Amino acid sequence: MRITRKDFLRLSGLGLLGVAGRMAVRGVAKASASSAGSNATKRWGMVIDLQKCCRENGCDRCIKACNTAHNIPQFPDRAHEVKWVWNQPFETVFPLVQTDYARRAYAGQPIPVMCNHCASPPCVRVCPTQATWKREEDGIVMMDWHRCIGCRYCMAACPYGSRSFNWQDPRPAIAALNPDFPTRTKGVVEKCNFCEERLARGLGPACVEACQEKALIFGDFADSDSEPRRLLRSRFALQRKPELGTSPSIYYLV
Amino acid sequence: MGDRPQIIAGLLVFVGLFTFPFWHARASKTASAPPPIKLPVNEKQCVAPTSYMLTSHMELLGNWRNEVVRQDQRQFRALDGKVYEKSLTRTCMLECHKDKTEFCNRCHTYSGVPSCYCCDCHVEPQLIARRTP
Repeated sequence: MRITRKDFLRLSGLGLLGVAGRMAVRGVAKASASSAGSNATKRWGMVIDLQKCCRENGCDRCIKACNTAHNIPQFPDRAHEVKWVWNQPFETVFPLVQTDYARRAYAGQPIPVMCNHCASPPCVRVCPTQATWKREEDGIVMMDWHRCIGCRYCMAACPYGSRSFNWQDPRPAIAALNPDFPTRTKGVVEKCNFCEERLARGLGPACVEACQEKALIFGDFADSDSEPRRLLRSRFALQRKPELGTSPSIYYLV
Repeated sequence: MGDRPQIIAGLLVFVGLFTFPFWHARASKTASAPPPIKLPVNEKQCVAPTSYMLTSHMELLGNWRNEVVRQDQRQFRALDGKVYEKSLTRTCMLECHKDKTEFCNRCHTYSGVPSCYCCDCHVEPQLIARRTP
């Protein structure tokens, strides 16, 4: 039997159509499966109650707890500063919430700030090695220090200044080494990890545990009955720079 | 064709000189024995058989690293069914190999393998002991 050129083209066209159809069906099946799976995931987040937080002036228990839990070095030179949780004046945390009279309520108040674990984190988009990525199961913006090459694109991308670079060996600047967590090394970027190593052991974040006023409330934003979600329903809350569309997981009750 | 004896003799001399370190060490019995490493006192069994750990501990640790950091899988089930936490500091070093210089470094120096950089970040118990007054 001889196949004419026309028959050959017809047959190969049909074959291609079949393959394309199979791929399309598979793609659709996979997409629907993953969207069904994402309903079961968590989204860790935190609500910071500023009325409680500002009760004691100069309190830095959450910061100290984080420093000990994560072996964070303390350099006297601010140019080398490494920080996961730190205090910043209200005006610089919420530069756009500055009406003539309202700003006096929190004028100059130190506000605790940290990585916002954004729903669409710009740092993750720019990382060339995927050393930082968003964990789909619980929304934590993770870091893999084994893979960080220290290019600092993420630091340029983060609109909140949540990332620090190790300009020098951090070990000499750590007062007491904590064996439960690794130190970092010169040349990597670091930031708050929402205490994922403690969450894995069933504990809450170290800063939340250290706060005596219970001003930091940690929980699952995907669960509408969780404590942070209940608070957000009843009180007015701010996110940092919401206009950027990063969708932070840290809310501030004012 | 007449050069064959010279070529073969030359090759033999070359092979002899090239392998000099091996047969010299064997003949003079100066081959250095593997260094004595300090074995843990309280544990008899490692997380994997010794022969495997000897040749492939770096692969095991590399897998642990990827599974913990990337996949959030922190439990390691050994062949004998015992479950360990995948942690260089807390499982390997704090439990058994407390002194890196007496264990890791001795073998690495003997075999001419450069020291790894794991402990640049992962805290070794000796360092804590030295730091705490």
